[in-house]
Amino acid sequence: MPDTVSALNGKTYAGFVDIAEAGLQGMITLRGDLASAALAKAVKAAVGTKVPDQRRIVTAGGKSALWMSPDELLLLVPYVEAPGIAAQLSESLSGEHAMAVNVSDARAMFRIKGAKASQALQKLAPVDFASLGDDEVRRSRIAQVAGALWKSGPQEFTLVSFRSVAGYVMGLLESSARPGSEIA
Amino acid sequence: MLILECPCCGVKAEETELAPGGEAHLKRFGPGSSDADFDSYMFARANPKGVHFERWRHANGCGKWFLAARCTATLEVFGTYPAQTTEPPAELQAYIKSRRPEWEGYK
Amino acid sequence: MSTRLARGGRLIDRTKPITVTFNGRRMAGYLGDTLASAVLANDQMMVGRSFKYHRPRGVVASGAEEPNALVGLGTGGRFEPNQRMTTTEAFDGAETASQNHWPSLEFDIGAINNKFGRLLPGGFYYKTFMWPRSFWKHVYEPIIRQSAGLGKVPTDRDADRYEQAYAFADVAVVGAGIAGLTAALGAAKAGKRVIVLEMTPACGGRAVVDGITIDGQGADAWVAAAVEALRGMDNVTLMTRTMATGLYDHGYLMAAERIADHTPGDGRPKQRLWRIRAGEVITATGAIERTLSFAGNDIPGVMLAAAVRDYVVNYGVSIGDRTVIVTNNDDAYRTALALLDAGLRVPAVIDARANVTGALAQAVRDRGVRVLAGHGVAKVHGGKRVTGVAICAQAGEGAMIEEIACDCVAMSGGWSPVVHLWSHCGGKLNWDETSAMFRPDPQRPPLGADGRGMVRAVGSANGMLTADAVLADAHAAFGSGAAPATDAPAEAAMEPVWIMPQGAGPKLRMKMWLDPQNDVKVSDVQLAAREGYESVEHTKRYTTLGMATDQGKMSNINGLAVLSNALHQPIPATGTTTFRPPYTPLNFGAIAGEARGEIFQPLRRTPIHDWHETHGVEWEPVGLWRRPFCYRRPGESTEAAVNREVRNTRQNLGLLDASTLGKILVKGPDAGKFLDMLYTGVMSTLAVGKCRYGLMCNEQGFLSDDGVVVRLSEDSWLCHTTSGGADRIHGWMEDWLQCEWWDWKVHTANLTEQFAQIAVVGPNARKLLEKLGGMDVSKETLPFMAFAEGTLGGFDARVFRISFSGELSYEIAVPASQGRAFWEKLHDAGQEFGLMPYGTECLHILRAEKGFIMIGDETDGTVIPQDLNMAWAISKKKADYLGKRGQERSYLASADRWKLVGLETLDGSVLPDGVYAVAPGVNANGQRNVQGRVTSTYFSPTLGRGIAMGLVKHGPDRMGEVLDFPGDNGKIHQARIVDQVFFDKEGAKNDA
Repeated sequence: MPDTVSALNGKTYAGFVDIAEAGLQGMITLRGDLASAALAKAVKAAVGTKVPDQRRIVTAGGKSALWMSPDELLLLVPYVEAPGIAAQLSESLSGEHAMAVNVSDARAMFRIKGAKASQALQKLAPVDFASLGDDEVRRSRIAQVAGALWKSGPQEFTLVSFRSVAGYVMGLLESSARPGSEIA
Repeated sequence: MLILECPCCGVKAEETELAPGGEAHLKRFGPGSSDADFDSYMFARANPKGVHFERWRHANGCGKWFLAARCTATLEVFGTYPAQTTEPPAELQAYIKSRRPEWEGYK
Repeated sequence: MSTRLARGGRLIDRTKPITVTFNGRRMAGYLGDTLASAVLANDQMMVGRSFKYHRPRGVVASGAEEPNALVGLGTGGRFEPNQRMTTTEAFDGAETASQNHWPSLEFDIGAINNKFGRLLPGGFYYKTFMWPRSFWKHVYEPIIRQSAGLGKVPTDRDADRYEQAYAFADVAVVGAGIAGLTAALGAAKAGKRVIVLEMTPACGGRAVVDGITIDGQGADAWVAAAVEALRGMDNVTLMTRTMATGLYDHGYLMAAERIADHTPGDGRPKQRLWRIRAGEVITATGAIERTLSFAGNDIPGVMLAAAVRDYVVNYGVSIGDRTVIVTNNDDAYRTALALLDAGLRVPAVIDARANVTGALAQAVRDRGVRVLAGHGVAKVHGGKRVTGVAICAQAGEGAMIEEIACDCVAMSGGWSPVVHLWSHCGGKLNWDETSAMFRPDPQRPPLGADGRGMVRAVGSANGMLTADAVLADAHAAFGSGAAPATDAPAEAAMEPVWIMPQGAGPKLRMKMWLDPQNDVKVSDVQLAAREGYESVEHTKRYTTLGMATDQGKMSNINGLAVLSNALHQPIPATGTTTFRPPYTPLNFGAIAGEARGEIFQPLRRTPIHDWHETHGVEWEPVGLWRRPFCYRRPGESTEAAVNREVRNTRQNLGLLDASTLGKILVKGPDAGKFLDMLYTGVMSTLAVGKCRYGLMCNEQGFLSDDGVVVRLSEDSWLCHTTSGGADRIHGWMEDWLQCEWWDWKVHTANLTEQFAQIAVVGPNARKLLEKLGGMDVSKETLPFMAFAEGTLGGFDARVFRISFSGELSYEIAVPASQGRAFWEKLHDAGQEFGLMPYGTECLHILRAEKGFIMIGDETDGTVIPQDLNMAWAISKKKADYLGKRGQERSYLASADRWKLVGLETLDGSVLPDGVYAVAPGVNANGQRNVQGRVTSTYFSPTLGRGIAMGLVKHGPDRMGEVLDFPGDNGKIHQARIVDQVFFDKEGAKNDA
């Protein structure tokens, strides 16, 4: 296997919260009829979870399924397993109108950790963090680019952006998490 | 800045999450259509002061297109609904009528 | 003289002395001072000069309505012009400088305009600088700009940081005076999520200055308890130093928080702009006192009565030893009482009302102060500061009855509710005859998303002018039961006074200022009316009334009244000018927020970006991407680098980072049918493993994008798009699938960033791939326009045998995270084959030498594929595709359209880009007729001469003809029409 490098190679920043590019993360876009039994079965086999409800994330054994749109899920799996799981999904859904495709390399993932993690994000996204559910995935605008975020721990958020703008997103997070810029 | 609730993902999205797509419920005219029909499909757009049906895409969100009924004068939003329809849902039309009795109705 | 009193000052901390400088003079102040109170404590009455006449200007107000006291604050990277001294907190070391004077504040040459004020009436600029027309640009404007002296633009880069943040609330309360606090408490107790915004550092508003008692306790204590209660509630956020600047559609409230304005350089952001979404907005923004229009009302030392009171009570600053009070209402008597309490003298209160009966007036009389009912000020004496007033009968024409020596005049013309936020988003106003003010009409509020009112005004902002009325109004917003009650005495009715005295002649009216910053006087507005201006909006622009940086908050109402009187119509018939956000000027830095420097806008980087950076890259922006334009070697010019890259790719081997190309996966049972609609050609018949070039048009028929389509499997295709087109085309596909053909079974995914894509181009291309090994890339196994997937040198690779250069060429996609390593592997392994990386300019030259079109060069949104001789890429058999009907329109089907040809200059030079070929005669506008234009033009290192492509009328039928292309400086470039393929016409190189 050749050298594989995530967008920012695990860059970190210590501000009033800790920011880290999370390294390589396996991601699979699965499109299809989310209500179908075949798809539910395939998801169960692939990541061990049920099909999440609207805007929800479900996790089992380190793998997750995220609701992205009415006909699209994003599956989080270990990076090295992604091609195999995508192939397996394609195989098991071959009779269905569905698409499973490995998008691990098209994305960058960030973790924002600390008691005031939501403050760093509150400056970048028009999202009401107070009413964001614990298992809710919110796709929105991160300053000038698209992104998805969710609470990945008691004091932690995970944010996903496109890979090409990872440097921009890191710059945004460094700016919004700078010590001294805490909100009240 | 508007807020529209995306009927596809349920997010009350502010305008910066959305991309506008112009008038809704246009009928496509392709090869074989008359010049007048094609012209109207391509270029003629309603520009009412009042009730208007529009296309919006939740671009910085779930990525789906949806339709919205809105008053262009007051910016009142009567409702949003899926794009996979050829005319506004009956209950929405009834609601608009209740809010705008003078509205001449949809088409 | 104005000075600091020995006692008093509820907002200052006398244990924390600070020093500020004004025009280099050091002045002692205290923490809690504003810049205005600090300089007034040091007898600095004059703080600037007016815009037109350069008249001396002093502080007139104590809040956001201040029109005069604007200074440049700070130095270098922290210099800010036009800082309002009355709302800017003083801090130790603050350096301020007055504006609009030359050479000095005390002696100003521009003040000569004052002597000729008669020659500079309203509309002066429009009347004088009309002609000759050429003078405007070269004479008038430079002179006006030179003498117009509001703040200077900072020259240094802003040293501070700014940011923005989003917030959400059920109820946003604007203003934390007693009205705002009452409403906020009510809303909070009702369980609402509440945000309270207060623009000053302290809460309480006017009630704490007036010293009333609320529910049996002092206003200060009541306010402190209310603030503490709010701060203790989880559902309440109380923000001070935060000004609501504007209210927009659907409850969108913008507010600017001053974080480190008063602590510069402490590491915090200077300001934070809040974007708040509120279900409901409560405006508890209070009211602003008006000036009175009497002669000399602009002389330093003439101030608003409430401001004089504020300076004494809040800052322990007396404006003068002897203050004459001029009023048409009871509230100004509170100023008399406050001054008397501070041990200062009030020689007289001049009240325009004939009958003065109120309790407050009686209290003043009881303390031995003369109250002159039915009187007015005929004239203020003084130049750079007040020395006295001449008293007259309000009902007369200004004959002097008496002179009173004084060093301060405190005036009050009544109060105007602050209706800005209410009005920003469409709330309507009513004229209240009793209090002579515009107040919010609760029947016509701004409407929210649900079509119902989204704003309620409470307290003085709603026209309630006594403390009890204010509290009752605010309490009713959310509360139940009894409202808080006060001991504030009842007040007698005010009487509107628009000019003083009522019968003042022209001489006095020329000295009555309506807009002290822009120098608009009563006489100017009356002149405008005489000259036929009826609309208040026109009069505003003609006279500049209310157009200064204070936007006429303090005295615009007087101007409206003067205009109404001149037009012989009631004030509501004149109406108000439009209230527009922001309420007070916003800092540009706050508007930009984090978007500056490296994160000004997103920069898209390919996985190989950093390698380019360290190898002499010269960047070219392509959309938000950066692509290498070329790679310069030490000492090499850009031009030399490009030529070297072209020659090397033609002769040996080139390497191109093509990762930015759009890659969209289209999959499903109906994918073929869908692509046949999307492309002009047929994609459904493409064999698995094969590639086909395709064109996409919009519905009007114009060429929109192009690229190679690959059939990956029975039901999936990969569509390559242009670098700039990936997101747009993906959106275009989704639009048709979601909104038109929603029953078609097709899925798309934008895989642009999943892959790094690298073009290996040149005669040695196959040798390099064979050296890497792992896949059979031979001509037989992988012929032109074929695709294969496998591993190449250990990398997971998709290999496309396609060419955009005419050379033997492979485009290879690997997962993005392997992109950098794969590039380096190719780069190193290719050295023995003469490999060099090349950039976009080389790419362009290679494609132009082969006559290949480029979207954006050969197309501009008005070009159809047929114009580019690409009918071969358009299916004749298909019944429909996007753009087909459009292309049938008569103009697009015309034989007279300009068509693509090659162009060769007669002398071998390079044609200028974009030049037009002229034709005989002139058009209806007298312009030369044209018959074509250049779309791409380059120096071809391969051919050693300039080559170009262009669109020419009937071009392909005119081979060999010579056209004239006029360029700059009268030069005519001559070029011959030739075939668009300049190099390797038979395609032997690609076929290698």
